[in-house]
Amino acid sequence: MDYFLQQLINGIVLGSIYGLIAIGYTMVYGIVGMINFAHGDIFMIGGFIALITFLILISIGLTVVPVILLIVLLVSMAVTALYGWSVERIAYRPLRQSFRLAPMLSAIGMSFVLSNFSQVAQGARVKPVPPIITGGYTLHESDAGFAVQLSNVQIVVVVTTIVLLAIFTWLVARTRFGRDMRACEQDQTMAALLGVDVDRTISMTFVIGAALAAVAGVMYLLYYGLVDFFMGFLAGIKAFTAAVLGGIGSLPGAMLGGLAIGLIETLWSAYFSVEYKDVAAFSILIIVLIFLPTGLLGRPEVEKV
Amino acid sequence: MKPLKLIGLAFGASLALSTAALAQDITIAVAGPMTGSEAAFGRQLKNGAEQAIADFNAAGGVLGKKLALFVGDDACDPKQARSIAEKVASAGMPFVAGHFCSSSSIPASEAYADGNVLQITPASTNPLFTERKLWNVLRVCGRDDQQGIVAADYILKNFKGKNVAILNDKTTYGKGLADETKKALNKAGFQEKMFESYNKDEKDFNAIASRLKRDNIDLVYIGGYHQQAGAILRQMRAQGMKTVMMSGDSMNDKEFASITGPLAEGTLFTFGPDPRNKPTAKAIVEKFKAKGIDPEGYTLYTYAAMQLWLDAVKQAGTTDPQKVMKVIKAGTWDTVLGKLAFDEKGDIKAIDYVVYKWDDKGNYAEIQPGKGT
Repeated sequence: MDYFLQQLINGIVLGSIYGLIAIGYTMVYGIVGMINFAHGDIFMIGGFIALITFLILISIGLTVVPVILLIVLLVSMAVTALYGWSVERIAYRPLRQSFRLAPMLSAIGMSFVLSNFSQVAQGARVKPVPPIITGGYTLHESDAGFAVQLSNVQIVVVVTTIVLLAIFTWLVARTRFGRDMRACEQDQTMAALLGVDVDRTISMTFVIGAALAAVAGVMYLLYYGLVDFFMGFLAGIKAFTAAVLGGIGSLPGAMLGGLAIGLIETLWSAYFSVEYKDVAAFSILIIVLIFLPTGLLGRPEVEKV
Repeated sequence: MKPLKLIGLAFGASLALSTAALAQDITIAVAGPMTGSEAAFGRQLKNGAEQAIADFNAAGGVLGKKLALFVGDDACDPKQARSIAEKVASAGMPFVAGHFCSSSSIPASEAYADGNVLQITPASTNPLFTERKLWNVLRVCGRDDQQGIVAADYILKNFKGKNVAILNDKTTYGKGLADETKKALNKAGFQEKMFESYNKDEKDFNAIASRLKRDNIDLVYIGGYHQQAGAILRQMRAQGMKTVMMSGDSMNDKEFASITGPLAEGTLFTFGPDPRNKPTAKAIVEKFKAKGIDPEGYTLYTYAAMQLWLDAVKQAGTTDPQKVMKVIKAGTWDTVLGKLAFDEKGDIKAIDYVVYKWDDKGNYAEIQPGKGT
């Protein structure tokens, strides 16, 4: 039981990070109907910006951890959002009226551009940081000597994820901007006729998606203490899977999908052969899609006439 | 007729020009992961090769010609390694020092063999490299089966009756190393408690760490590269575990300590006796230090590979790879690593792996076998 609890903690934290990245995929898909393949690399950029900010803050002698975290988070979100905005402006907007495959190809191209740019600018080595948030709690110790450990970083990751998810769900459901977004999602031409600035709304969607990816990047850096130029690829694929599993286009679905993938991977590794954990995760994805083609929380697409 | 003649003339002239260029320099290659996640090792190879070329050119080159260096980047990817091998072969280079990753060296060696290029790897330790009876391969480092025996020996002496887990990253190198260590342990009647593998591209090893914690593992042996080993170590310590980590020769890079920080303390790995401490390497080490380079890990191995080839070319009086190879296998050679002699397969005859231990300040040192953990 203790062992299960420990693995549950591991899975939830991993799933939270996947979920944060998955939200970016889902939002962009919801509004423009394309998969932003560069999103994983935006996440990687977020991690690097966080690393650079962190090192600058340390070198000027700042040591108060909550202040450092806040500044790192804000700077990383701001700069990464700028990347998200530029990517949309350069690679997607000019192709929006083009045939369906064009923006997807330019998204894949953008993904290569970003990861190679980071490799050239930052070098190929893994960039480590010392543990920033240390300490934790021993929740329970069994007679056999197995201690269930919950570290402070894990708490920070999960709490940040929940808070951000709440904020963004509120943003989409209750604000004027959210209403614009939902309008564009339903019918861009009609939304434009009714006075919604479609270009601006789409730009903002990319900006928000990138900012969330940046948060995921910061959490990743805090939790694992490592970033490298290649990390966006695998994380991006996992998060994309999470978005599809949860029902692409649905915000809570992305989070749920992220948690599901994180938990499946961890629990499979916990009780079965670690070698087959990806096989397990993707098999479950296929099974879910066979029985629920729109994912766990996705709405069936209504044919517009 | 006339244009054809002209073309023929131009062709002849360009041919003459290119042979003239060749006559000035002998270009040889160093190949390894200059980019990608193993780039730290690529740099060791490149540093060693560049220094060797500089030293030999300063001493007047070889066969009256100067040496030039071609640096090939395989990013530790078998496909790229193969294409570099084809490039080196088609450019007519007689010799390559490389590659680093066993999974690159092995497929590349076949292209080198077909293209008449002599290959000396400074770092690829997978037994298969020399087991395929290719005429053109040599290595100046040890083999994983020997490394496994030394690691197993240490484990048997210091962890008898304790719980040992073996993990690998599914690469040619990592899986090979883990298999050899397991084989050596099992032969001595020692059964490991867990044998698992992980994905090299991932950073989350918490599930594996918890599993090690559940099974009360005292020592975890990693068949894999230092970056994942570093991440696993961090995540084990974050879960409050005191499990000792042990790995192979890829943990000789300082990058390991930069990933783990003081947590590296007590981590063990096997590697050849530190070449930097050998009396034969003293002068070269000084040269590197003067340039601000620490000739760690495989730097001096690469230097020795270059040295070996150049001395053999001098003795053979030709760069013809087949002849040079015969000369190398027939002799005993003085290199920065000490005296080297090779068997028919291309492995060095005397091999001595030792166990090293990291401290909390980011340095490692040899430990006496059998002396505590």
